[in-house]
Amino acid sequence: MTIEREFETVTMDINVGPQHPATHGVFRMVLTVDGERVVDLEPYIGYMHRGGEKLSENMDYRQGIGYQDRTCYLSQFIAEHAYVLAAERLMEIQVPERAEYIRVIMDELNRVASHMMFVGAFGQDVGTFGTAFGYAFRERERIQDLFEEVTGERLMYSYYRVGGVAWDLPPGFEESCRRVIRELRQGIADLDGLLTTNEVFIERTRDVGAIPVEDAIEYGLSGPMLRACGVPFDIRRAEPYSLYDRFDFEVPVGDRGDVFDRYWVRMQEMAQSLRIVEQALEQLPGGPILAERLPRMLRLPPGEIYQRVEDARGEYGLYLVSRGANKPYRLKMRSPSFSNLQALRDMTVGHYVADAVIILGSIDIVLCEVDR
Amino acid sequence: MILGIWFGNPILDALVKIGVFIVPVMTVTVMFLIWAERKVVGRFQARLGPMRTGPFGLLQSVADALKLLTKEDVRPALADRWSFELAPFALFIPIFITFVALPFTQDWVLRNLDLGLFYVLAALALSTLGLLLAGWGSANKYALLGGVRAAAQMISYELPMVFALLAVAVVAGTLNLNAMIEQQARVPYVVYQPLAFVIFLIAATAELHRQPFDMPVAESEVVGGPTVEYSGIRWSMFYLAEYASLWITSILGAVIFLGGWAWPYGQEWGLPWQLALGAVKSGLIIFIVFWIRASMPRMRIDQLMSYAWKVLLPLTFVALLVNGFVVVYDLPLWVLTVASVLILAGTVAGIQRAVKRKVRAQVGAVRSLAYARRS
Repeated sequence: MTIEREFETVTMDINVGPQHPATHGVFRMVLTVDGERVVDLEPYIGYMHRGGEKLSENMDYRQGIGYQDRTCYLSQFIAEHAYVLAAERLMEIQVPERAEYIRVIMDELNRVASHMMFVGAFGQDVGTFGTAFGYAFRERERIQDLFEEVTGERLMYSYYRVGGVAWDLPPGFEESCRRVIRELRQGIADLDGLLTTNEVFIERTRDVGAIPVEDAIEYGLSGPMLRACGVPFDIRRAEPYSLYDRFDFEVPVGDRGDVFDRYWVRMQEMAQSLRIVEQALEQLPGGPILAERLPRMLRLPPGEIYQRVEDARGEYGLYLVSRGANKPYRLKMRSPSFSNLQALRDMTVGHYVADAVIILGSIDIVLCEVDR
Repeated sequence: MILGIWFGNPILDALVKIGVFIVPVMTVTVMFLIWAERKVVGRFQARLGPMRTGPFGLLQSVADALKLLTKEDVRPALADRWSFELAPFALFIPIFITFVALPFTQDWVLRNLDLGLFYVLAALALSTLGLLLAGWGSANKYALLGGVRAAAQMISYELPMVFALLAVAVVAGTLNLNAMIEQQARVPYVVYQPLAFVIFLIAATAELHRQPFDMPVAESEVVGGPTVEYSGIRWSMFYLAEYASLWITSILGAVIFLGGWAWPYGQEWGLPWQLALGAVKSGLIIFIVFWIRASMPRMRIDQLMSYAWKVLLPLTFVALLVNGFVVVYDLPLWVLTVASVLILAGTVAGIQRAVKRKVRAQVGAVRSLAYARRS
């Protein structure tokens, strides 16, 4: 006897988010599943939309720095950097060297802190019951303490100024920074031992959510997402801003563009960022921290400029149009998570429900920045 | 002592003893286990765990229990009433009746069943029905996925677990738990059966839905699985059942592999020593389960299945076969130790090679980084 009719099954829609432990904020996706397999995925964004671009048009150039913190609450310094760089280039201000070095140190530490957040949250997605989270947050806390020492803030730093930084580093910063770097290296090694070399972790992440290089480029992916596909594109190298042409660092790339590669690229980037910070501390000169003869009320000459920086998530770009007022006429933010998130459907369809969660986690989205 | 009194009717007898003896002991043990897990896992995660309630946070579980008791019992409007309300009991009763055959000490055993091992395994397997009912009755898709996952997992992992224990029973020649313990008065079985012990630990972790096998309740995927719609007292029954089955499994492991109350000097030194032995041994197994939970990522459901059917089940067959050979040809028992260790080492090496090959380049780079850091 043969079975004539196939067993009939129906697909089921599962709503994930906006309140779900794995959506990293207020993101929502509707998964259409056939048993455990995802056959379709529909993302919904916009829960965090605050009209940041429009708000920025009503803030003068000093206030606008603070708003940059709020677009991406995990790589605040880097976003501030893009804003002040755009203004400085339009005004043709020469920034003192010490300020540039301080900015590089802060940017790179910020990158490590952001990646630590990723590793912790990703570990949670993969299901380590909080151990990776605990480890990563212990390390992130050291950097947060350092930032608090420098800026007096733990989340919204507002430390950069057009023409330099707000105030100088506190006494004893170099020693505490060196100590933190030492501890962070140990922390990265701990996480390598916990996740990178774990067989279950490798089985879960390898060859999951891979995206071909051509698709990655067409979607406009950037940062670790793109580098995981094997494209060594890093704005710090491709279009060096600030002082990045002075430092010796590598651009880690993956080979398959899967979830494991994205994780791995970020782990390697942390080590490279620490190298940059070390070099910057070595070369850190004395001198002023703010350009001289700046007007009290900044007015940018008419013109427009696109300034991009290498965010912890990829290319963070600001398109700034000035009509000569003390506020931007238009500020367009190109946020990396928004572009990276587009590839979610392509990466997820055909995989399991459990994979959808870690693929979303591997994009390392910040919803504040997606919705702006 | 109540366990010594006979109440006339076997069913009445078991019921009274479970009600008067097992329920209070189990509740206190479970509360202690919850506290212990939070403490142990906290330490693994570079945290302190509960600290505020009582010395070392010991009263945390009491506070939690009180909170749960006072919460509202919510039933979703679309839930299937009967299966939703019966599910906690369907989960709970099998776990209670398991205690009938478990030997705490030489004399503290409700019923010294000749089919003790069989009975315990059968009763434990029933408890999955509760999760399936809860998943089906909650009218929640996460719960449904979790319930179905739980059932699939139970079917896959029950087999390796039963066969691993059967392999031991072949050599022991009995299914009576107390008789098995008495045979271990000199040397516990774990010395002869390391392979079966490891398989038992893995399968038991899967049965208990703990990392790396916690897909039925995976927080980041199905948000707690079958229990997602439960609150208050019903939810606390799920919680109680989870830890009670952890306790039962640890007792089972201690009895069958670590010599229960008998090794060392159990029969000579009497009751307090036997109780201490039982507590220490099951505590050890529970600690291992906590340890694994704190350090392993979760597997995926298809990997879980293929691991059960393609790796674990053949391994248990090999274990059964080797034990059979030893019994039939009357070989010395150390042959078992050697064979088990060899098979175990081979399997671990094979898995490691197969997995690490996938990330050779990356892991190599990690290693060289680590070496560079050290020098």
